[in-house]
Amino acid sequence: MNFDWPFFWHYLLRPSTAYLNGLMLTLVLSVVAQTLGTALGLFAALGRMSRMAPLRLAMRGYIWIMRGTPLLVQIVFIYTGLAAGGIYRFEDVSLGILTIPGNVQAGLVALSLNEAAYMAEIIRAGISSVDPGQTEAAKSVGMTYALLMRRIVLPQAARFVVPPLGNEFNAMLKNTTLVSVIGVPELLLTTETLTSATFRVFELYSVVALYYLTLTTLWGVVQSRIELRFGEPSQQAKAGSGFGERFFGSVLSGAVRKKA
Amino acid sequence: MTGAAENILASVGGLPEASTDEVVRAIDVRKSFGPLQVLKGVSLTVRRGEVVVIIGASGSGKTTFVRCLNHLEKIDSGRILVNGHLIGYREVAGRLVEDRERNIARQRREIGMVFQRFNLFQHKTALGNVIEAPVHVLGIPKAEAIAMGCTLLSRVGLADKTDAYPSQLSGGQQQRVAIARSLAMKPRLMLFDEPTSALDPEMIGEVLEVMRELAREGMTMIVVSHEMGFAREVADRMVMMDDGQILEEGPPEQFFRNPAHKRTQAFLSKIL
Repeated sequence: MNFDWPFFWHYLLRPSTAYLNGLMLTLVLSVVAQTLGTALGLFAALGRMSRMAPLRLAMRGYIWIMRGTPLLVQIVFIYTGLAAGGIYRFEDVSLGILTIPGNVQAGLVALSLNEAAYMAEIIRAGISSVDPGQTEAAKSVGMTYALLMRRIVLPQAARFVVPPLGNEFNAMLKNTTLVSVIGVPELLLTTETLTSATFRVFELYSVVALYYLTLTTLWGVVQSRIELRFGEPSQQAKAGSGFGERFFGSVLSGAVRKKA
Repeated sequence: MTGAAENILASVGGLPEASTDEVVRAIDVRKSFGPLQVLKGVSLTVRRGEVVVIIGASGSGKTTFVRCLNHLEKIDSGRILVNGHLIGYREVAGRLVEDRERNIARQRREIGMVFQRFNLFQHKTALGNVIEAPVHVLGIPKAEAIAMGCTLLSRVGLADKTDAYPSQLSGGQQQRVAIARSLAMKPRLMLFDEPTSALDPEMIGEVLEVMRELAREGMTMIVVSHEMGFAREVADRMVMMDDGQILEEGPPEQFFRNPAHKRTQAFLSKIL
């Protein structure tokens, strides 16, 4: 077997700055796209369950298209397609010292819009899993739809949404590789660049695979901790009253305990 | 139950003032679920302080009727006035148009509802359930709401359960929390939809005791229930529903001793 072990160890343990930048970009893309996708997905889910038929239909159509076409196609369409069609061109945006290149913006938009469609279905299922009696009780004490969603239904739907959300983020970490086709220098494209310079495909792709495996493994640990916090409310009575409080409260108290 | 319920309404500042003597006025209410007509012209007036117990076989429309009274169900025709105002609808040129959500929500604040299956907010403690709407709907300061909620819970015999989650409470305890949750909004009318039907027999008494005390304190109540002992003792008026209509109504004395309709007689003989 032609495997250059020293080369492999070198790139695994002492990655170049470009490589670390690629890793950073992968993380930032994943977190931002997942956050935006979840927020948009929430609105899409509510629209999908709306009493207004046109809105419901529009959201169904949106979900149908985004889930029914390849993400790779969507990425190219949004960045290259829209520009070529003279509809919209993503330009670099300068925020003081930080410049966000157009292709990164387009990648983020594509990943977020795609994720929103999947999250919409997950959140819709979560909301449907909450006993309708909860909604009726909330109405009977004078809550409006917006208030009862925010205070009663969504906090309970979170229990059903969190496990698949973790799954989605895991997939997102790997889906970011697709934006390499529009030249976003994330982890995979950085690897490809290195490969074409060194011709060490086997070694470098083993390295990048291990990097992704590390990311998803670390996330798995975080995910199982979050899921614990979203279990039966009575089981976590000690950890605080709100879900946020419970989660962050335990993280904080854990940190305090370690220091003490 | 530990300690009889007493002075429950005192903890929410006494019996809410009524704007009208007729708390409920339903006129010729009709409703269908698809091809099935469940309410075929129901008219009922309930005066302030009255306790009305509705009985009837399952499918007679009694639960649907009570749910219409706070617009959890829409109606097809007729009028329902609660506290002097049309509930759930505005009348435009003689036709009913569904009211804006905000207005419906505002009207529901004054109507308490207790469900067969309790429907406590599962992610909130007993106290959390009671203070949720006062804080987030009425905007009462949290400290004030907590003080009121604790008093209210102790008056229904749950002083030691304020921090318990619904899943840690028995059915009877959950239902008493549900009653306290409704009362925290200072309603002028309480609707009870088979409040003891989902309870084990030994827990029915503790819930009825709270309801009995509420009636004593002058709360206007409409109760769908087959607890005939409770009805005999507490009801001002009995209503028998059958096939989407009110078959007969009257004071319990007469109603139980000498029901006018054969169907009422037959029904009573089955459940008594």
